[in-house]
Amino acid sequence: MYKKQECVAMLLAGGQGSRLYTLTEKTAKPAVRFGGKYRIIDFPLSNCVNSGIYTVGVLTQYQPLQLNEYIGNGQPWDLDRGQSGVMVLPPYQAKSGADWYKGTANAIYQNFNFIDRYDPDYVLILSGDHIYKMDYEKMLRAHKETGADCTIAVLEVPLEEASRFGIMNTDENLRITEFEEKPKHPKSTKASMGIYIFNTSVLRDYLEADEADPDSSKDFGKNIIPKMLADGRLMYAYPFRGYWKDVGTIQSLWEANMDLVGEQPVFDLRDRDWRIYSRNTSEAPHFVGEYAKISNSLITEGCAVEGIVENSVLASGVKVCRGAYVKDSVIMSNVTIGEGATVNYSMIDENTTVGAGSVVGRTRSNGSGITVIGSDLAVKPGTDIPAGEMVDAEWLRTNHKD
Amino acid sequence: MSAYGIIFSNIHDNNIPELTRLRTIASVPFACRYRFIDFTLSNMVNSNIYNISVITSYNYQSLMDHIGSGKDWDLARRSGGIKILPPNIAAYANPYENKRNTRLDSLKSVIASISRIKDDYVVLSDCDVICNVDFNDLIRYHQETGANMTVAVKRVTLTPENSKTSVVFNSDENGRINEVIPYPTEYDGQADISLNIIVMKTSDLQQMVVEAQTRGYSSLTRDVIARCCGYKDFRVYRYDGYFAAVTSFADYYQHSMELISDPTVRDSLFGVKNRPVYTKVRNSAPTYYAVGSSVKNSMVADGCFIEGTVENSIIFRGAKIGRNATVKNSIIMQDTIVGDGAFLNCVITDKNAVIRDQRMLCGAETQPFYVSKGKMI
Repeated sequence: MYKKQECVAMLLAGGQGSRLYTLTEKTAKPAVRFGGKYRIIDFPLSNCVNSGIYTVGVLTQYQPLQLNEYIGNGQPWDLDRGQSGVMVLPPYQAKSGADWYKGTANAIYQNFNFIDRYDPDYVLILSGDHIYKMDYEKMLRAHKETGADCTIAVLEVPLEEASRFGIMNTDENLRITEFEEKPKHPKSTKASMGIYIFNTSVLRDYLEADEADPDSSKDFGKNIIPKMLADGRLMYAYPFRGYWKDVGTIQSLWEANMDLVGEQPVFDLRDRDWRIYSRNTSEAPHFVGEYAKISNSLITEGCAVEGIVENSVLASGVKVCRGAYVKDSVIMSNVTIGEGATVNYSMIDENTTVGAGSVVGRTRSNGSGITVIGSDLAVKPGTDIPAGEMVDAEWLRTNHKD
Repeated sequence: MSAYGIIFSNIHDNNIPELTRLRTIASVPFACRYRFIDFTLSNMVNSNIYNISVITSYNYQSLMDHIGSGKDWDLARRSGGIKILPPNIAAYANPYENKRNTRLDSLKSVIASISRIKDDYVVLSDCDVICNVDFNDLIRYHQETGANMTVAVKRVTLTPENSKTSVVFNSDENGRINEVIPYPTEYDGQADISLNIIVMKTSDLQQMVVEAQTRGYSSLTRDVIARCCGYKDFRVYRYDGYFAAVTSFADYYQHSMELISDPTVRDSLFGVKNRPVYTKVRNSAPTYYAVGSSVKNSMVADGCFIEGTVENSIIFRGAKIGRNATVKNSIIMQDTIVGDGAFLNCVITDKNAVIRDQRMLCGAETQPFYVSKGKMI
């Protein structure tokens, strides 16, 4: 049976992440690998569990196989529960017709039956695109204290960057007075993090009204929030202090990975009071060979390092052969870097082999681009891949000469 | 064909008293992130044995903590899965009636549980033998020969110095056991020694335990195998892969060091396709190697923080090696902190040990220096 829950989380995980190019060719953005042993979705899921929220609906749409498989029954996050737990919610066929999720608001609307089972007082809307540690319980407490209809988590951003975000203008009590999507001349620096808490009944009313509106693009940021503001609903900003990163681009994904590296990293995963959980792959401990040299790097289980690794993140099962040199790079699981190969300022997706003596990317400097190699590829020995290339199967067909 | 697993978690505890003072031999940490029992459990799970009983008699808190619900081995199941069988101490019971010092006594004490086994075969295993073996081969061999009991053995060269801890099985050309020499002191030369892994038909096991009960037998090797091999069909199964039998503290150290010095050992334990070794998941972050760290020829788990120099060592999960510290030929267990500038050579630190800054600790290969659990030096 279902048990009443105070708060149900709905995690929007259907995004394609097209600006991650080849990294999201075969997988949805929330399933993109991060930080050696994680996927992006581990962060919101772990945050939910650590915040005491055990009912999570994950809305999937784009390339869901890896994501569904990864979430499974939710066991890695302790979300394999009888009366609640994690549930993957794909688009479905209904009597009135079959619809893809037309927008974030429509996705929640179509799954309101899932929410209703738990009869929650509040609904927490999350997105599966961000790297951060946040106690949603504190935000929920603030939401209850203000008696708001909706609370939106906001982050202070530098004024010059504010025009990239949805900006909340508030009064001195943090009540939201105005919302501007990517304003040219921002009046405030409170950027929306895409994390909302709604009173369930209010959310239901607005989603139903929005659904009936043929001109709406069925989006929280574009339709629901402005409509609620226009109606004079009580909406508060919840200021979040701490690390938060949108990993929507190659550059920001690389940066977020690098933020984990360091003696006092910008973003610390070693905090044992706020563990980030991930699905375990049962790999052996990693082995560091006789000629290895590792400096300022993260190394994960199953790796075998015989070469030189600097300022990099190596995911599980990565092999760096003798004489190979990896610098300023993010190497995802089960990649092999052949003997004498050089990898500079690059990201290499899982199961790819870089042949011996190949040169991937160029030294990191101002203006040089990150080189990206897709998954399941074999780069022939001696291949030279210039800075900023996006290497996929097509690239290799064109550039590999026999 | 289905098989049931029975694991003896306390047998041979006294082989390594240092590491079993507060735990069973089954829960002795090994190879950066595992416990001995992980190898046995993984072998069983990888051989499709999903009904397992672990017989334990004392010191079993760490074992229960490690196994939990069994979900990390896929053994949290409604029907079957893993069961821990602690001693059944009834009110007013004489504790000596419950003793479980040998495998046969252990089996006698869980006779009710054994009588309920519905699977066709039973695999009995100790925990002090580290190997990655497919039990299906063993069961199939047992089936084909139609023997009453099959004992896994490995051919090794024994010397009078190292033979005292082994049980030697002599057999004829068909592999039928005709002589058992437990713990020989004078043996010199090639011998088949026991891996302490046995396969029996469930009905044969049930009969054997009842018989042992009525006749007062207490040793599987001496009272059953040695006594009955003349008229019963007991066979050996020759296993030719890697195995490590840990028979002493020095042995523990030596086998740990083999993981580093010999890549084939690593491959035969961890590199077998479709047969990974499972353990309790701890969700540690990846290991961080700081600027100025130098790690060579070492095996390192996740969750470590390394600033110093590490050579020929085994570093468990969550260990911290301070700046300018040197760790050589050592085994640093879970969450140990090695302070700045400390120097360790041939040292084994148990869980949560703290070596303060600038300390210098040295042992020898044959007698590593041992720092007990939670100790600060």
